[in-house]
Amino acid sequence: MNPVELKYNKEHEYARVEGNIVTFGITDHAQDSLGDVVFVELPEEGVTVTAGKSYGTVESVKAVSDIYASVSGKVVEVNTQVMDSPDLLNSDPYGEGWLVKVEVEDLSPLDNMMSAAEYETYLAQEEH
Amino acid sequence: MVEVKRTPLYEEHTAAKAKLIDFGGWEMPVQYAGVIEEHHAVRTKAGLFDVSHMGEIDVRGTEALAFVQMLITNDASKLEDGKILYSPMCYPNGGVVDDLLVYRYNEERFFLVVNASNVDKDYAWIVEQAEKFNVSVENVSEQYAQLALQGPLSEAILQRITKTDLAQIKYYGFTHGEIDGIPSLISRTGYTGEDGFEIYVSPEYGRKLWRKILETGAPEGVQPIGLGARDTLRFEARLPLYGHELGAEISPLEAGLGIFVKLDKERFIGREVLLAQKENRIPRKLVGLEMIERGIARSHYPLQKNGQEIGFVTSGSFSPTLNKNIALGLIRSDLAIQGEIIDVIIREKAVKAKIIPSLFYKRGK
Repeated sequence: MNPVELKYNKEHEYARVEGNIVTFGITDHAQDSLGDVVFVELPEEGVTVTAGKSYGTVESVKAVSDIYASVSGKVVEVNTQVMDSPDLLNSDPYGEGWLVKVEVEDLSPLDNMMSAAEYETYLAQEEH
Repeated sequence: MVEVKRTPLYEEHTAAKAKLIDFGGWEMPVQYAGVIEEHHAVRTKAGLFDVSHMGEIDVRGTEALAFVQMLITNDASKLEDGKILYSPMCYPNGGVVDDLLVYRYNEERFFLVVNASNVDKDYAWIVEQAEKFNVSVENVSEQYAQLALQGPLSEAILQRITKTDLAQIKYYGFTHGEIDGIPSLISRTGYTGEDGFEIYVSPEYGRKLWRKILETGAPEGVQPIGLGARDTLRFEARLPLYGHELGAEISPLEAGLGIFVKLDKERFIGREVLLAQKENRIPRKLVGLEMIERGIARSHYPLQKNGQEIGFVTSGSFSPTLNKNIALGLIRSDLAIQGEIIDVIIREKAVKAKIIPSLFYKRGK
């Protein structure tokens, strides 16, 4: 199940909003379609990411996927644990498999993201 | 729109909830339980592959041997009946049409197994070359389902369902027998770097054999294996894949397949160019690469030394057996020196890699 407190985009990524800090990660569906994740490339702390632009990559054995920022902001924390243990994205995408925390000034782009229920409807449509 | 082809085992794959992909026009399972788990299963136990998409071409006639000798770079004249040869098949310019297995029934009958994505091209090429020979060539790909059981426990598992003494089939040998009552061509070959068998049966028996092998091997943990692990397994064992290490623009000498190119054979297509390459200079060489900075080198990424392009990656992946990111690259032969550090260009960034021996994995005896 996709946690109800998160926001989702069509690239199968989530955003967890806590005050002005937004945590990015990939959804359970994303990790399942990628298969075994073996490499994660993330920006360094202090780097600015831009809404809709790629800020890193997630690679499985067979595929390379860009990851996109849902909202613009400054990276304040990077999950270095997933760089050493990329399989955390498979085993715990919504918990230990988070990617970066971003400090955001304007949270409004997040309004365009989907709720968990909307995301599940989107997933069901995508399958057909 | 070209119709996607499915093997006789398609329903088994969907029932097992495999992830399916398009591979050379075929809808094939890329993974079942997960690429890494499947990879380890083959290295440590045994795994079952559906390779029914492979092509089979029958060559018969009084000049079959002479014809095959003209077609391939390896030497089938010394091959005993019931034995198999691996060989590139070249264009006159030394580029590779395909790489194939050549099964010798006798001087007048050979059975060629070619890559799925090349069947039509290969068949057309072979038929064209056959004009000057007293041979008949037939594409019999539709007449076979092919399963591969690979891994150290393969023989023990398969032996439980066949009266054929498998220990008598030596590496790169084949025989006809019955497996669970199904008439089979059983060959001790594979594409994983492990011991194992490739089994050819009539398509209507494909599913029955698939289930029987999985059921028989269940106590040992035999599982179905997709194309994802097939690729990482063959890559670790430096087995070339057409379209990556081999192609119309790459000579077999460049790809490190010199031992399969018998230049002392009087005539074969491509001989002049390959002989000249050997005597003068082989322009490029296939090398092993180990990433020493973070990153995975992928097929076609450029390779540089001091900012100058020196080649490209042919295959690259995380290696489940070695637990490292490694790659095969085709680079200028004068720079193919073990221990040298070169750059892999990953998304416009230079990432360092070291040239290492390309046979990443070799099974223990």
